[in-house]
Amino acid sequence: MLGFIVRRAAATLMVLLVASFIVYNLTAISGDPLLELRGSRDPDIQFKIAYLTDILDLDVPPPARYFLWLGGAAGCLIGQCDLGIAVSRSEVPVIEALSGAVASTVQLIALATILSIIVGVAVGMTTALRQYSGYDYTVTFFAFIFYSLPIFWVAVLLKEFGAIQFNRFLAEPVIPTTTAILIALGLAALVTGIVGGGLTTRIRAFLGSLVLSGILITFLNLTQWLKFPSIGAVGVVLLTLLAAGVVLLLSIGFSIRRGVFVVVGMAGVAGAMWLPGQYIFLYLQGPLGIFAMIAIMIAIGVVLGIVFGGDAKKEIARAAGITGFFAGLVMVIDEALQYWSQYISLIPIQNGFISTIGAVTPSIKRQDNMWLDLLDSYAHLILPTAALMIISVAGYTRYSRASLLEVMNQDYIRTARAKGLTERVVVVRHAMRNALLPIATIVPVDITGLIGGAVITEQVFAWNGMGSLFIRGLNAVDVNLVMGYVMVVGLMAVIGNVIADLLYSALDPRIRIN
Amino acid sequence: MAKKREPNETQLNREITIEQRETEGLSLGTIVRRRFFRHKAAVVSLVVLGFVTLLAFTSVGTVIGGSGNLINDPNTNRLAIDGFRIEGWWAYNWYENYDVQNQGGQPTMDLANFTIGEHPFGQDTLGKDIFARVMRGIQQSLIVVLIVGVLSTVIGVIVGSVAGYFRGRIDSFLMRATDVVIILPLLVVGAVLSRNFGGDAVSLALLLGALAWTGLARLVRAEFLALREREFVDAARVAGASSFRIIFKHILPNTIGVIVVNATLLMAAAILIETSLSFLGFGIVAPDISLGQIISEYNEAFKTRPWLFWYPGLFIVIIALTINFIGDGLRDAFDPRQRRLPRTDGAINDLKKLIRNRKAN
Repeated sequence: MLGFIVRRAAATLMVLLVASFIVYNLTAISGDPLLELRGSRDPDIQFKIAYLTDILDLDVPPPARYFLWLGGAAGCLIGQCDLGIAVSRSEVPVIEALSGAVASTVQLIALATILSIIVGVAVGMTTALRQYSGYDYTVTFFAFIFYSLPIFWVAVLLKEFGAIQFNRFLAEPVIPTTTAILIALGLAALVTGIVGGGLTTRIRAFLGSLVLSGILITFLNLTQWLKFPSIGAVGVVLLTLLAAGVVLLLSIGFSIRRGVFVVVGMAGVAGAMWLPGQYIFLYLQGPLGIFAMIAIMIAIGVVLGIVFGGDAKKEIARAAGITGFFAGLVMVIDEALQYWSQYISLIPIQNGFISTIGAVTPSIKRQDNMWLDLLDSYAHLILPTAALMIISVAGYTRYSRASLLEVMNQDYIRTARAKGLTERVVVVRHAMRNALLPIATIVPVDITGLIGGAVITEQVFAWNGMGSLFIRGLNAVDVNLVMGYVMVVGLMAVIGNVIADLLYSALDPRIRIN
Repeated sequence: MAKKREPNETQLNREITIEQRETEGLSLGTIVRRRFFRHKAAVVSLVVLGFVTLLAFTSVGTVIGGSGNLINDPNTNRLAIDGFRIEGWWAYNWYENYDVQNQGGQPTMDLANFTIGEHPFGQDTLGKDIFARVMRGIQQSLIVVLIVGVLSTVIGVIVGSVAGYFRGRIDSFLMRATDVVIILPLLVVGAVLSRNFGGDAVSLALLLGALAWTGLARLVRAEFLALREREFVDAARVAGASSFRIIFKHILPNTIGVIVVNATLLMAAAILIETSLSFLGFGIVAPDISLGQIISEYNEAFKTRPWLFWYPGLFIVIIALTINFIGDGLRDAFDPRQRRLPRTDGAINDLKKLIRNRKAN
């Protein structure tokens, strides 16, 4: 293992050296960094040019200048990084510019990545289980369309069309009756497609989900929920019930009676914890309150599982703990939404609720309230996250569908069915785990690749992340900044690949690295 | 009951034997072609792509050779383009300004009344005909797709097959070189191209093709690593075949499925990359135009003239979608494990059974 990592590291270092040499020279010959200054009529401009020429070593030809840069960069190995200064960023050190951009990019991509993996895998696997059904064909068709969309087009459409229309709609947030009926019919068709089964099951599923979504939409209309969203104690209980159902379905199933009692009981616990939770958030200000809330809920779940778990203590405690985590998350969201009316009163009216540009609203920043900041940053994240998700969900859907289909055709699945296991156990225990293997290996590569920033998304939504830093550096022929970017992205790509290799060999005992 | 099941079973048996008999005595090409034409979405996509290509090239004509720069034609005293110009049947071209008609150049196309009008896709502020511009953009984007597809397939196949066949030092050198190419950011290379060499379609395509082969090279290498251990390779070697002959005559035909499918997917990716680069201003730059360049040029005008934005984007999606579907059809056609069995469960079958039982009663 150690030998493998050392060999990999040596090869990586060579690759990075050669690649950085090429990129350095290409960037340097792509233009003149002092072009703007040379056209200036400022009398002091000669001194400025001489100063920059000196500090950037512009009198040295690029291939030789690369080694000057490399000397500074090599200092990173002994903890003394010197990647030069970024001229296009008012001459701050590159390291400083990079660290700010990385943080901003991580904020942008984290939510999009997590959501796309969850949604993509869920959709892909359900389509695989309902292969060749109408649901499967529809989803596959849309996945193809999303996969073929140019992101800049989607992003601009979302920004100019989606956000502005939605903000206008939120001024009078009542869904018209025809739209409501259409939405309910669509949802019902979707649920029916996922549930599958014979004619009677489908009719039942269709009618059931039609009535449920009808009630939901009427509720949204009557309470103007889309304008004043809130969860409240009842909402916390209901959402925790939902989470408990999903956790049960994916972990211990519904046959162990104790397990069902404990996990579903977590919804009751969440409801009971709602009022004490308000005091926790009141006394523990800042992120500490969030962590405390989630930790308390997890702990309650685990303890309940151990005390009442009986024979399957470990599994039940785990399932209850996971449910507790979601319950805590719901309560945190509930707390944040309680600041909603304050938030709307503070933001500039003409912007609407969904912000199209940047990462923060200045008037919210001045309030210095964590919950308002949280709401504000999510209001800014909605659009770029949607743009990023549309495309990566399509990829994950297709990938996980193919992966599960491959596994479901294996002989051991037939064996499991022949043993008389229920379909749920066959799918969740036997098929899904193995189908997730190849997906687990592309996820680290994807995540580390995303550190490079969504160049176009950042450009369209005026987000100051890695992508816009890179573009700005390129436009200004700021070689140091571009090199800093390339080094971070290259390193991340390599780390992602190594993690994927190690993960694969850890998850699949048949595969040995070396 | 037993009597009722019997015909079903023989039917099933006959079906499987038919399926086996189906491929008997046929060449790989025939089998693949038959399977491909059974994939409806792929066939429709092929027709649509052909139609779009034909429309783009015949409508506004094209330019062969020359620098592609705009010049003033001394004979007619009008704006013309450098190079050998083939005229098309469309009345307008993509570089001249016309009078703005129809309330600020709104699209005259009306699908409800089946009328096209003077400027079906509208005009920009200078009066340029957007239909002609989009058609020219499609031409350029298709040229990029074609060149990228051919060039990167050739490079990828050669690198992958040599690395996989010879293994050892050559393999690790080629694979490290592949890693270097993977790390090179397309944007940097695009910036060099667009600033120093003007950024026209053909040079961008050559550049993308020279960088986009890495994924294919890895796949071909993996195929070669597996195939080179097979008996038919040993047989060829014993018979005295050279390495060159073994690679290209014996092993390569066996990897054709992987190559064709990935070349198609690469071409679909190429149009998205080209348009994205052009959108950022690092790909094709004016006076040359492409679909991404048109969107980039009119980006600011979205609020006032959204049609400048709709049509180029629509055609990007159409081209990428059709190529993706064709790739999917090829994947199904080349994959011998793909076999579609008719469904025996589901709501529609339940309904059929219900009706059948009704009739029987």
